[in-house]
Amino acid sequence: MSLLSLKSVTKRFGGLTAVNGLSFDLVAGETVGLLGPNGSGKTTALNMISGYLPVSDGSVALGGDTISGLSPDRIAHKGVARTFQLVRALPSLSVGENVLAALAFRRNPLWGRDAEVRIETLLAQVGLAGRARQPADSLTYIDLKRMELARALATEPSLLLLDEWLAGLNPTELRAGIDLITSLRESGMTILLVEHVMDAVRALCSRCIVMNTGTKIADGPTADVLSDPEVVRAYLGVEDA
Amino acid sequence: MTGKTLLIWGTALVVFAGLATVPLFAGPYPLGLMIGILGYAILATAWAFFSGPTRYVSLATVAFFGIGAYTVGVLSDVMAYPLVLLTAAVIGLVVAVIVGLATLRLAGVYFVVFTFGLTELVRQLVTCYEVNVTRTLGRYVFLPFGPEHIYWQLLVLGAATLVIAWWVRRARIGLALRVIGDDPVVASHLGIGITKTKLTLFAVSAVIMTLAGAIQAPRWTYIEPSIVFNPTVSFLVVIMALLGGPTRLFGPLLGAIPLFLLFEWLSANFPNHYSIILGLLFIAIVFVLPNGVLAAGEKLFGRLRQEATP
Repeated sequence: MSLLSLKSVTKRFGGLTAVNGLSFDLVAGETVGLLGPNGSGKTTALNMISGYLPVSDGSVALGGDTISGLSPDRIAHKGVARTFQLVRALPSLSVGENVLAALAFRRNPLWGRDAEVRIETLLAQVGLAGRARQPADSLTYIDLKRMELARALATEPSLLLLDEWLAGLNPTELRAGIDLITSLRESGMTILLVEHVMDAVRALCSRCIVMNTGTKIADGPTADVLSDPEVVRAYLGVEDA
Repeated sequence: MTGKTLLIWGTALVVFAGLATVPLFAGPYPLGLMIGILGYAILATAWAFFSGPTRYVSLATVAFFGIGAYTVGVLSDVMAYPLVLLTAAVIGLVVAVIVGLATLRLAGVYFVVFTFGLTELVRQLVTCYEVNVTRTLGRYVFLPFGPEHIYWQLLVLGAATLVIAWWVRRARIGLALRVIGDDPVVASHLGIGITKTKLTLFAVSAVIMTLAGAIQAPRWTYIEPSIVFNPTVSFLVVIMALLGGPTRLFGPLLGAIPLFLLFEWLSANFPNHYSIILGLLFIAIVFVLPNGVLAAGEKLFGRLRQEATP
């Protein structure tokens, strides 16, 4: 049975259709790449799954329950967590408080000493051990991304949405980032990642879905999808393909 | 309970007991000043525990303050005083919930403008009702209270407000408010019910403001909408909280003391230029001390300590 199911999901902004009839299923434990050129509707699709944007048509279901139409906080309680394309730290809080904010309001909240222990575990998991008291706005870009990931993991999600989490990292950071997501995948988490870094997509995703101008143009094993002429054309244009 | 906590609570109790004895030796003028300071300190603290972390600048303070005062004006002849206070609190709560549900989805300048408009709306509605239905604009408030009784009631309300503000800062709802203030999108994706959280604290803040107005109503003996719904009160409360630091527990209190005394002096000595000076002061505080005196003091202290370290 699929964990996430999108059925004919459409998003219209006035006269512009950003996502048009998108359908796909994710099986629990899968790590799937959602690819496509800029403006193809990937982030809009993620926003509709997490509830940030309401769907114009179609439906999104998680574990068989319809979640489209719910507010983001209720969708978070159902088990969806995400990171953002542009890192969204909570700048007036410490690193630990950023993670606490997720622990304290999840389905089974943690607070006090239990939360402190869990914060240390999560920060260690993403490579930020011992940094809980540091102000969030003093972190480097990669560390902000790590913190945002720890915050998402703190909600104990069944589905993790990563929106270009590996973008903007240098080669060493990228290697560390890929290893981190690999460890999450191996722990059995279901991950949908929007990504432009093809090395990461090849290393992490067994399956890819490709979008172009709001429509799904390919869905299958990563190697097949990346060599699909239509996908190559969408990325490089007709003349260069 | 740790030794440090005991010491803090012990000190707070001693300060509270000391302040409670003020009417026993203070003359009418100093007692009047103390009542004014307490009244504004309560309003500024109640304003700050919602508006500080969320950065939703509310100018509705005097709407709730006036509702409290007017409730006492209307009901004090027909009801026992504690029941009047309870009724005022309930009315403040109901208005806050209705206003909150309608406005807390607004952000930034829209919220500011709406809350300012709300104050005018309430004032005009009360005026309209009084003129057309009761055929009298003002109300007399005759209650067997001296200034000392008003002072003691305000002192209890002030202590309760500080305890609530202290608790909110330590509780999950306080963290929720800070997260919402930093980034409402992240807050909602972490499972925080934004409307519920904001509405709860806006309502608590509004009830405190309503009670502050209700308790102070007997001071004036005669009340009318232009007195108890005076929008300057809302602006003063914002300046006081900003001066002390709206995100600090004692910030609004520390802002209220000097500014109230300054306003008293200005209104007595420069009655015609009072508003101009007030406006300039507001601008100066926002430019020079954007995070308040306490934050500026901590920054200075940190810098001095850094310089002292070899």
